[in-house]
Amino acid sequence: MSDQPVIRTRGLTRYFGAKCAVHDLSLEVPRGCVFAFLGRNGSGKSTTIRMLLGLLRPDRGEASVLGTDSRQLPPELRARIGYLTEEHQLYGWMSVREAGDFQSAFYPRWNEKIFRGVIGHFGLKPEARVKHLSRGMRAGLCLALTLAPDPELLILDDPALGLDPVARRSLVESMIYLTRRSDRTIFFSSHHLSDVERVADYLAVLDYSVLRACCPLESFRTSVQEVQMRFAGVPPPLPTIPGFLQAFRTEHELRVTCVHYNRETEKALRSLQPVAMEMVPLGLEEAFISYLGERGEKTFILSDTEVAS
Amino acid sequence: MLDVAANCTVCVNTVTVALNITINTGSSVPIYKQITEQVRLAVATGKLVVTDQLPSVRVLAESLVVNPNTVARAYADLAREGLIETRPGRGVFIIPKRKVMSREEGRRRLEPLLNTLISEGLAMNFSPDELQDAFEKKLSQWQNEKGGKQ
Repeated sequence: MSDQPVIRTRGLTRYFGAKCAVHDLSLEVPRGCVFAFLGRNGSGKSTTIRMLLGLLRPDRGEASVLGTDSRQLPPELRARIGYLTEEHQLYGWMSVREAGDFQSAFYPRWNEKIFRGVIGHFGLKPEARVKHLSRGMRAGLCLALTLAPDPELLILDDPALGLDPVARRSLVESMIYLTRRSDRTIFFSSHHLSDVERVADYLAVLDYSVLRACCPLESFRTSVQEVQMRFAGVPPPLPTIPGFLQAFRTEHELRVTCVHYNRETEKALRSLQPVAMEMVPLGLEEAFISYLGERGEKTFILSDTEVAS
Repeated sequence: MLDVAANCTVCVNTVTVALNITINTGSSVPIYKQITEQVRLAVATGKLVVTDQLPSVRVLAESLVVNPNTVARAYADLAREGLIETRPGRGVFIIPKRKVMSREEGRRRLEPLLNTLISEGLAMNFSPDELQDAFEKKLSQWQNEKGGKQ
């Protein structure tokens, strides 16, 4: 039972009209991990999450959560999933405490200690009116409402959106706190790679509706490699390089990023006969940008014609 | 460098260890390596000595705000190097350094570090004599610091 992935999708596909939002997505999220779901805006992350929760029907393929088909999740199973969206429904006239009391009525496993802990962590007073809360405080309340039922699986759709750095830190701390129970799983989407670097065990990258990477965080970082080459004169044009992602040229330098750097890659680069060649390790964010950015060559040197026009 | 650093000062009931580890996200150095490097440095400079206790994986992870698995990986690496030992039910301790690396392997690893020092130093227009001088000064400074603690 515990070896079974908490989330599993097979060939999951969804169209909106003629536009493909998610294409043939197959992934598995192991129990007890923190899983980051990454991708640029509009890459299909939210659509995937809504299909996982059975809020949207797939056109093809299937998704299962906690071992049950997403289209047939019974209420008692839903109660074991915490789902945090950007537009969490809150009633402005309620106080923070009333919002908690109201929510707790729907959950048999409601844990008041967690609720109080999280709102305290975000600096929220129980008697404060919801309509007077700042954005960060609202996010804290939403998180408290999502965590207090002590969910086995936490699905957070861009929880850091619009949060200031202090509120974001509180969010990350709450996520780490949750990993105290080793059987709890967190699946979250984010654009903040520094947060991802802190909390995630695994990551998946969605790009233009297609899954482009799904691996441990460290494997992703190390599979993208930058090579800096210096030349006596103007760097020569690039040959075909296996795993080529991007190149950036300056007067005497050529910086190339590749994925899955191997002997073939090195051979192709050495054939350019640089006077110096150095491998430069990349941070997670740089690796991500190289991997998802536009392929090809870039330069900051304007040609004469561009300057003239 | 300023944006996402967390300091960790951990007090353990028997021995008090002030372990100032700083985590920089967005670095090309993975977080687990930042931890191992800083523990190694603390041992090399005598800030941590044999029998000092390190915080548990959970405590360090929560104070640095990083995934516990990352801290566990750092501790596993340090244990493999023979720098620390986990005693079940008691905690994580600095232990006397066993020689786990051969002299030859050590030299192989030292080589690129020396190359970096020399090439960067020369590129900054220091003369070889000045570099040697700076190196020796630093070295004796470290030895003094270490002698002070032990």
